[in-house]
Amino acid sequence: MEFLSLAIKAIFVENILLAYFLGMCSFLACSKKVETATGLGFAVIFVLTITLPANWAIHHFLLAPGALAWINPNLGSLDLSFLNFICFIAVIASMVQLVEMILDKFFPKLYHALGIFLPLITVNCAILGGSLFMVEREYGFAASTVFGFSSGVGWALAICSMAAIRKKLRYSNIPPGLRGLGITMIITGLMAMAFMCFSGINL
Amino acid sequence: MASAAKKLLMDPFSDNNPITVQVLGICSALAVTVKVDTAVVMTLALTAVVTLSNVVISLLRNVIPSGIRMIVEMAVIATLVIIADQLLQAFLFDISKQLSVFVGLIITNCIVMGRAEAFALQNPPKASLLDGLGNGLGYGFVLIAVASIREILGFGKWFSFQVLPDSYMGNGLALLAPGAFIILGLLIWAQRTITKKVEE
Repeated sequence: MEFLSLAIKAIFVENILLAYFLGMCSFLACSKKVETATGLGFAVIFVLTITLPANWAIHHFLLAPGALAWINPNLGSLDLSFLNFICFIAVIASMVQLVEMILDKFFPKLYHALGIFLPLITVNCAILGGSLFMVEREYGFAASTVFGFSSGVGWALAICSMAAIRKKLRYSNIPPGLRGLGITMIITGLMAMAFMCFSGINL
Repeated sequence: MASAAKKLLMDPFSDNNPITVQVLGICSALAVTVKVDTAVVMTLALTAVVTLSNVVISLLRNVIPSGIRMIVEMAVIATLVIIADQLLQAFLFDISKQLSVFVGLIITNCIVMGRAEAFALQNPPKASLLDGLGNGLGYGFVLIAVASIREILGFGKWFSFQVLPDSYMGNGLALLAPGAFIILGLLIWAQRTITKKVEE
């Protein structure tokens, strides 16, 4: 039940894209076609679900203040948490590489559709942001897995709905200066407003 | 040379602005702009990181094998961000708490990576320094503009000084996520109408 409420919170109430603005670059660049958006959405869900528990383990057993005490009590006073950033990004980069290889082997069509955006997941702030939130909010192992998965679902939901809206948008008459980026930002704002209606939900 | 240097420095302010034209680094532009002081600190941190990373990568550009250049860039950027984060925690602890995860997210800020990849790898250190400085400040320019609008509309204050009369109620929407999106959207609209750069 606790996890369900965490999941609902991460998907709807505190959507990683619409409430924390993470992953905006690829959201804006890849939401032109529904197929690409869906593919990227699933890739993000997958990468987030793997990297969060992995980074949790690294933080918990190696880098957190006093984490090294399990090797030797003398190391208990060590605080390596300043290495968080560089270790997390290394884990994320290698996970993305792994996903790329799996997709290339088993889903070549999706692999080609995603093209350059797959390696760019490495620099998708949603992924690193998920790990940093996990540290800041002190989630446990299971909670971070649930949080990773549901943050990914929330991101995928946002980009898919945006892609669907932009498809319709092609036929509308928008003032010239607002076309493209401008109107996309405003629609995202309206979407964020709609998602805020979920904020009363308490399970 | 003087005009070339000026162009490198000034271009990112309007014609080639990293946020409104190149569409990079939007995440932090929205997240840290509730108040002007956080926006200023974020600008300083990002400008320092992008300038230094441009210089370092430009100095290393002839020794980095192209196959692993991404990893090298990441390592350089992550190191600089760690230094920036530690400095902020040491000297500006309150603001560093407000910025929360977004200092760490400078690593994945597309501007830093984008400039390293697109400019510093092909150009000498001096030009890269100016390019980094220009892009950092161009980013900060938009950041501070958005933050000013949000703080004035939301609190009636600017830099925590009262600018609107006390009877002003404060518009909560400007402080929330939707307000940030809409204000940046309108800003982009204004900028593109003035510079006549229109997307099809």
